[in-house]
Amino acid sequence: MSTLQPAATPESMIDDAVPPSSGKAKKTATGDAARAVSSRWASLVAIIIAVLWTTPTVGLLVTSFRTQRDINSSGWWTAFGNPGAFTLENYREALEPGATSSFSQYFINTVVITIPAVLLPIFLASLAAYAFAWMPFPGRDALFVAVFALQIVPLQIALIPLLDMYTNKLGFGASYWSVWLSHTIFALPLATFLIHNFMRELPGELMEAARVDGAGHVTIFFKILLPLLTPALAAFGIFQFLWVWNDLLVSLVFLGGTPDVAPVTVRVAELAGTRGNAWYLLSAGAFISMIVPVVVFLSLQRFFVRGLLAGGLKG
Amino acid sequence: MAHKSPRRTAKVLATLAVVSLGLAACGSSSDDGDSGSGDSAATKIDCAPYEKFGDLKGKEVSVYTTIVAPEDGPHIASYKPFEDCTGVKIKYEGSREMEAQISVRVKGGNAPDIAYLPQPGLLKTLVATGKVIPAPPETEANVDANMPDWKTYGTVDGKFYAAPLGANVKSFVWYSPTAFKDKGYEIPKTWDELLALTDKIATDNPEAKPWCAGIESGDATGWPATDWVEDVMLRTAGAETYDKWVNHEIPFNDPAVATALAEVGKILKNPKYVNGGYGDVKTIASTSFQDAGQPILDGTCFMHRQASFYAANWPEGTNVAEDGDIWAFYLPAKDETTKPVLGAGEVTAAFRDAPEVKAFQTYLASTEWAVERAKTCGTGGCLTANVNVDPTLLKNPIDNLSATMLTDKNATFRFDGSDLMPGAVGAGTFWKGMVNWITGENDKATLDYIENSWPKS
Repeated sequence: MSTLQPAATPESMIDDAVPPSSGKAKKTATGDAARAVSSRWASLVAIIIAVLWTTPTVGLLVTSFRTQRDINSSGWWTAFGNPGAFTLENYREALEPGATSSFSQYFINTVVITIPAVLLPIFLASLAAYAFAWMPFPGRDALFVAVFALQIVPLQIALIPLLDMYTNKLGFGASYWSVWLSHTIFALPLATFLIHNFMRELPGELMEAARVDGAGHVTIFFKILLPLLTPALAAFGIFQFLWVWNDLLVSLVFLGGTPDVAPVTVRVAELAGTRGNAWYLLSAGAFISMIVPVVVFLSLQRFFVRGLLAGGLKG
Repeated sequence: MAHKSPRRTAKVLATLAVVSLGLAACGSSSDDGDSGSGDSAATKIDCAPYEKFGDLKGKEVSVYTTIVAPEDGPHIASYKPFEDCTGVKIKYEGSREMEAQISVRVKGGNAPDIAYLPQPGLLKTLVATGKVIPAPPETEANVDANMPDWKTYGTVDGKFYAAPLGANVKSFVWYSPTAFKDKGYEIPKTWDELLALTDKIATDNPEAKPWCAGIESGDATGWPATDWVEDVMLRTAGAETYDKWVNHEIPFNDPAVATALAEVGKILKNPKYVNGGYGDVKTIASTSFQDAGQPILDGTCFMHRQASFYAANWPEGTNVAEDGDIWAFYLPAKDETTKPVLGAGEVTAAFRDAPEVKAFQTYLASTEWAVERAKTCGTGGCLTANVNVDPTLLKNPIDNLSATMLTDKNATFRFDGSDLMPGAVGAGTFWKGMVNWITGENDKATLDYIENSWPKS
């Protein structure tokens, strides 16, 4: 770690207005960073952290295959001594539907909630980011700071006023629109900020050249910027996807818990039963709801890493 | 290489996802059969009481409750006769977060038509928002006829809002009939006998403890200990003093409360008597209430005081019966002449002024509903506040025993005090105070702390 120069912090990389000398500095910084993380000690530390980080999850996974009585009477690490005691019963019970609908219904609901709630903020935020990055207008910086500062506001304080607005002013009531819009609203500040920073890093010559060729803002945005932004959009997309997929609060408040609309998280929260007597199903439930996010993360992690480490052209 | 392996993992996981979805689909088909069998048992009831609400065909009533799967199925089944009569569709929504969510929804203007509130204290809070609709006269008449003693729990400032619904009895001590038989222990009839038995068990079984307890319950940690105090308070001070205590006509640190707490302390704070299967006194605070009674099964604990609904916490295959693995006896009173019973239940508050909502409220307060509830009851917990239902209809032995206690003419029923106190105390400092008490605070400091937190109004 000590070999890293202070100049190599991501903030300074983003803030620099791309003078020729900074490109060189970045190269050395990247080289230093690469050397730092590939040293033997760093690898050891990384492995230790990874093991510590993963152990609780492994424990949860093992627990999800044990019977209630086993969980009560001994720790999960003792389970390996008696592999015969593993059971799929928890998964069977967790997948067993409630009185009115099946587990697949909850899965479909989650997908229906998640996809628009990811695409909407990405689309709106990239438009806003374009304006903030490449369209000079009075008060632009102040407005950008204001949008970014909205991140500080916790979403919980907006729940009741928003619900009131949806039901009494807009007439959505408990519909998917309420959830989609809410997720979009809560995601926009961070999305705008992230995408803006990637966009700022693109060379201005690209835009100038396009404008000389007669392209307007719309053409520049769709034909030139969007393809270059893919890693950034994917990176934010994963963030937003994981957040929405795992969200319980927003959908409980705006959508309610009826089986025809409720997402998987609502079902998992109820797995424990009215008096919490079926708590041992929760570990199985957690892994069932985790499958899709893990698949999405693993298949998009290429973009995720690239999007976080570098902007558009340098990817 | 580095690129390929995650993709392969992704493929495996994707396959898993597909398989799990397939499993889910299979699960659904088998359950449809179950609910279908419930339908056939639905009985015909007299529809006359609901005709005066007009033609309700095609209307919908939404209910919001804390009762979730698998207990929700039997509940939904019990609405069938009403739906058949009126053509109203009941939209059921259960959520474990209901107690917190209901306030959000009411304030946000998205209230359900009817909510089953698990605490009368919550009803008071919601009435204060001005959104709760008073119960119609038809419902009130049903309540007067079927659950007169409980009417006060649905009344706020002299106005009747919410009819009582489900009920449970808290004055139970769970034990193992086999263990008692093997050791030759008798069910205690008085409080003194209970203490004597406790001492005897402690001397006879150095490797076990007579009692086990646990008060950990997430946000609500501490409530099982408040039940202990309330139950003992009913026994040491009597029902009249109990009422004064709950209504704060006597202070929380009154000598009568101190006596009760000291009596509880004789058991819960004696390291010789607790905490069977878990360790010393302090483990009571960290043991979850769901787990607390389980050591009875392996013989490291003999008695566990918990409500009738604890029946659901025994592992599958446990025979809960008078001659089975697990059973419960009545937490004895001072002597055999009095029989105080502590209990709790839900009340049904309405948030929409419409004939179909009123009709459904009336149905829920009727004997027809209580009978249907008993008949369609799945795994138990189907006790209602209705005294005009024959207890033998309840097939679950614990429900049956609870019903007998509730309908007993000699019994004095009192509602769980912490549910009636203002939320700041009943769902706040009383819980917290009891946790501190278990972990070492003395009686006086605990009671003073709770007394000082009582909202001044």
